[in-house]
Amino acid sequence: MSTLTKEPTPAAAAPARTYPSYSRNLLARLLVNREAAVILGLVAVYLYALGNVPFFDGPLTMYNLSKEYAPILLMALPMTLIIITGEIDLSVASTLGASAAITGVLVVEHDLSVPVAALVAIGVGALLGALNGFFVAYVGLPSLAVTIGSLALYRGLAEGLIQDKRIAGFPEGWQDWPTERIGDSQYPNIVIPIAVLIVLFALLLHFTSFGRGVFEIGLSDEAAHFSGVNVARTKLLLFTLSGAVAALAGVYVALKANSVANDTGNGFELKVIAGVLLGGVSIFGGRGALHGVVAGVLLIAVLNSALQLDGQGSEVIQIIIGLLLVGSVIASNFLPRIRALLPRRAVAPSATTKTPATGDATRKVSQ
Amino acid sequence: MSTAADREERIAPTLELRDVAKSFGAVAALRSGTLEVEPGSIHALVGENGAGKSTLVKIVAGVHRRDAGEFRLLGQAVDFGSTAESKAAGVAVIYQEPTLFPDLSVAENIFMGRHPLGRGRRIDRTRMYDEAHALFARLGVAIDPRRVANGLSIADQQLIEIAKAISLDAKLLVMDEPTAALSGNEVARLFAVARSLRDEGRALVFISHRFDEVFDLCDTVTVMRDGAYVSTHRVAETTEAEIVAKMVGREVAELFPKTPAPIGEVVLDVEGLSSAGEFHDISFQVRAGEIVGLAGLVGAGRSEIARAVFGVDGYDAGRVSLHGRTVPKRQPRRAIRAGMAFVPEDRRQQGLVIEGSVAKNVASVIRGGLSRAGLLTASAENKAAGPWAAKLQVKTSALDMRAATMSGGNQQKVVIAKWLATGPKLLIIDEPTRGIDVGTKAEVHRLLSDLAGQGLAILMISSELPEVLGMADRVLVVCEGRITADIARDEATPENVMAAATRSAAPAPTSPSTKEPVA
Amino acid sequence: MSTATLHPSQESAATRVVQTLLRSRELAIVIVLALILVVATSRRSSFVFSADGWRDTLLAPSILLLLAVGQMVVVVTRNVDLSVGSTLGITAYATGKIFVANPETSVVVVFVAGLAIGAVVGALNGLLVTVFKVPALVITLGTMYVLRGALTHEVGSDRMTAGDYPAHFEKLGTQQVLTIPVLTIIALVVVGLVGYYLHTARGGRELYAIGSDPDAADLYGLPSGRRVFGAFVLCGALAGLAGVFSAARYATAFSGTGSGIELQAVAAVVIGGVAIFGGSGTVWGAAIGAFLLITINRALPILGISEFWQGAVVGALIIGSIVLDRVLSVRRTNKLVEARDHA
Repeated sequence: MSTLTKEPTPAAAAPARTYPSYSRNLLARLLVNREAAVILGLVAVYLYALGNVPFFDGPLTMYNLSKEYAPILLMALPMTLIIITGEIDLSVASTLGASAAITGVLVVEHDLSVPVAALVAIGVGALLGALNGFFVAYVGLPSLAVTIGSLALYRGLAEGLIQDKRIAGFPEGWQDWPTERIGDSQYPNIVIPIAVLIVLFALLLHFTSFGRGVFEIGLSDEAAHFSGVNVARTKLLLFTLSGAVAALAGVYVALKANSVANDTGNGFELKVIAGVLLGGVSIFGGRGALHGVVAGVLLIAVLNSALQLDGQGSEVIQIIIGLLLVGSVIASNFLPRIRALLPRRAVAPSATTKTPATGDATRKVSQ
Repeated sequence: MSTAADREERIAPTLELRDVAKSFGAVAALRSGTLEVEPGSIHALVGENGAGKSTLVKIVAGVHRRDAGEFRLLGQAVDFGSTAESKAAGVAVIYQEPTLFPDLSVAENIFMGRHPLGRGRRIDRTRMYDEAHALFARLGVAIDPRRVANGLSIADQQLIEIAKAISLDAKLLVMDEPTAALSGNEVARLFAVARSLRDEGRALVFISHRFDEVFDLCDTVTVMRDGAYVSTHRVAETTEAEIVAKMVGREVAELFPKTPAPIGEVVLDVEGLSSAGEFHDISFQVRAGEIVGLAGLVGAGRSEIARAVFGVDGYDAGRVSLHGRTVPKRQPRRAIRAGMAFVPEDRRQQGLVIEGSVAKNVASVIRGGLSRAGLLTASAENKAAGPWAAKLQVKTSALDMRAATMSGGNQQKVVIAKWLATGPKLLIIDEPTRGIDVGTKAEVHRLLSDLAGQGLAILMISSELPEVLGMADRVLVVCEGRITADIARDEATPENVMAAATRSAAPAPTSPSTKEPVA
Repeated sequence: MSTATLHPSQESAATRVVQTLLRSRELAIVIVLALILVVATSRRSSFVFSADGWRDTLLAPSILLLLAVGQMVVVVTRNVDLSVGSTLGITAYATGKIFVANPETSVVVVFVAGLAIGAVVGALNGLLVTVFKVPALVITLGTMYVLRGALTHEVGSDRMTAGDYPAHFEKLGTQQVLTIPVLTIIALVVVGLVGYYLHTARGGRELYAIGSDPDAADLYGLPSGRRVFGAFVLCGALAGLAGVFSAARYATAFSGTGSGIELQAVAAVVIGGVAIFGGSGTVWGAAIGAFLLITINRALPILGISEFWQGAVVGALIIGSIVLDRVLSVRRTNKLVEARDHA
């Protein structure tokens, strides 16, 4: 062992060993994973629907689908990062509802301009998200409990704010922009900000040091803490982002429908979480990719629109989404265990089995 | 297997293990474990950390299932699939790490699943508390059976584990380092109870690193090394030197090749560090080129001090400075920027993201500097991690292999590589060679020695006394959260270090002979 | 460590009981509940002191009581069941179906049917959670939607109305014995039985142990899978019974019956001091939590707050309770550590 200075110079050490970067070839890495499976499923369902569902190839299908699933896809982006850290945010749909209510009240009842009202709503949304984040990251409460509470609380804000009224009548122009088509295409304008946000979140998650920290927290927040990752700040930021994006979705939903009721967006959280988990993100954290999530949400969207065109009611879609949610979690948790039982494969102890014969001094301090 | 086989009349041994093996992925934790325990005897199981003792215990307890080998209890071939089965068969185990239910009362922790029942199969709480109290009286300890287990000291938790095991009325009682956190009095009581159980005809297995205890308590001793059986001796017919030689498999001196290095200026300065319930008024310095060893019993507060210095835990009072500049508390990031590196004791939970790849682990602290315009690519990480993995001769087929698939020694190299990549001025290393094989152990020791030679300041925590005595320029002994001795390399002996480590504990009154303690 | 041993019964049993009671988390909620009753009654005496007020005070929480008890048993094992609202809807509607088919059906049969349907749903959740080792949150979120979807598919825009339920069944909804509503009596008996089981049976104590530290429970050799499964079955069965209650009390059932009530059940449990991560809490606490939640909702309009703020109040109570529990537990741990330092 020769000098160990800051920059290891391979020339200095006599037998400089090099390692291949990957154990599998490029093709295997690209094709054999959960994300590829979801994308394949999406393409298959899309092609099947094109061939078999009447009017699925019509000009309105993609337009309606984009319009309806824009808020789900938006909220799925920060949700992906939150679930990868091993937390969950059940309050997104309520934040959406609160934001839509605020936008409606400010614009329709107080004559504020739409951009100002939207900024206020997004600011409030960020604040609501930060409140979740504060309780989770700095008070140390379980995110499940906190966001069940804020699911009720933020929905309650919307209900208290607009009661049983239906606020309608947004000013012309603003109301139409998100749903106008881009040129002659099948897609509404809202697709543009979504595409930008997808790119930004993908960069944040997969191409920054912050994103690496997100994965590390999910795999082991203790190890992340020990390597200098600011676990609490990371979580606070993610919940704040989640609140802000949900609020943006709320503004969009209000404008799109040209009306706000106290149950706007009710139950959206399930579609968001189902899309994220279907897209290959592990509910235990530490694993997932943004392109898988986008495919997961689109898969639900395409199924929804195909079933609708096929004349099925919304409850059938509800059942299928529920089954997909349960099925995808079981698959991601159960299949690896079955694979582990197959012979002739070296499998490391899973995270749940206790380590053999390591330290004897690891103190168990009961919390 | 000489002595046991020579005997003429053979009663069925209580426990019989032959060539038992167990692997976790690529890691063979136990290659060939053999152990035979007679009824009415106390059998010591000794070996270095990582020799496979705990894995063997967990197989007996039904936590793990063996991959190969014979396993008999009272002459019957058994194959436990769960701890419930082993318990039903008459096996009680005291694990190294207490496993209590923090929310429940002490008495319930002892009797969970087998509470004393009264009329109508309802739990008879009065009897439960009385029985718990009687158990504690037998052990001579004062723990209120009604209080919740949450907040108990590690010693009290261990005593509850012992009470629980005794109450099981087992035919075989396995104690995996039960004395690590106990005071002299408590140890003496435990031994008295163990002897009375032996005299009732039960079989006991006792795992300990303290040879005075082994020679004081046990009848027979089995030595293990690197996951395999080495030899069995009658305690009366062997010596400590012989056992140590069998355990290590080579001369002790060879293992710890610390070469003298010039000692430079003060790098780490800790002043009056205190944290309620953990440690009090800790002050010491570490200089460039110096290895300072922190010795003491398990639970004395050594790791807590290290964690506070590095900033992963907070502290109530005191100051930590590096090269004369104060390091803010509870901010590991700032400590790293100031030049600290920390190899924690729990490699799998704290040192590594165990499910992460080699490259991501090695690059995990330096990746901020690898970004271009704020963007970080996998290829930049691989490019940075490769040379460091090579430098430490990490054995892996590719940089995307998960750390979990590697052996303990290789994992430790990954942790060290990740920290050396930051170019640290101070390296804090907690149990540097725990759970790694002898070959890698020597490599780690040589590496630490080289690093000190290059002017790195090193703070090393170790529970292995030979390692401390061999590697450290100066030994600080911690006892019950305080530094009780500061001994220079030339003056440090096993005796004075152990004396300082147990200073405030009363001496064990029943020990007839005080044999030389070697950790 | 002193050598003097501490006898467990140094203090008399009576002092100990009183001390535990005074320090208990449950007492705190009882005080809050009493305060709300006093304030609301002082504003409008008929809130409690009128035949209807008295009946409503006791009757209104009965459905949530059942749900809270079942939820508590699941939560104490470090799980959660979000599908109870859907289960309630299904049995409320099924009850109507049974009576439409045969108006002479005995009330006992309907009760048993409700319990059985609920138990089947609970068994399904329990199996998925224990066999596949998947977080209960996701599983029951999924089954909640699947079951609600299935109910909607079956019912459509149909609706059971007062005419579909026979008079002898509807009477049950308001019947009183010694001024106490029958449904409340049944709910309280359930509270008592489950509370008794959790306190005095080995199986009950094991539920706490499993929630307190699942890994330790495995090392102890406790039958974790079976116990958690049992908890889900009980929770489902009680949700089924709650559906029958709902039908009896409101004499109506449609596709949305019970939607959202799962949140109130979780809220009641958390407000009642049951740790959301298992291991501690009591059925009594959950029951008082249910009373408190319903009473607050009834009292809001009297206190001059629009009923539309109910949801917000529920949310604030949930978050407030877990923050409070967190603060208390940190303080308790600090005190225990301090006591250790000065020993």
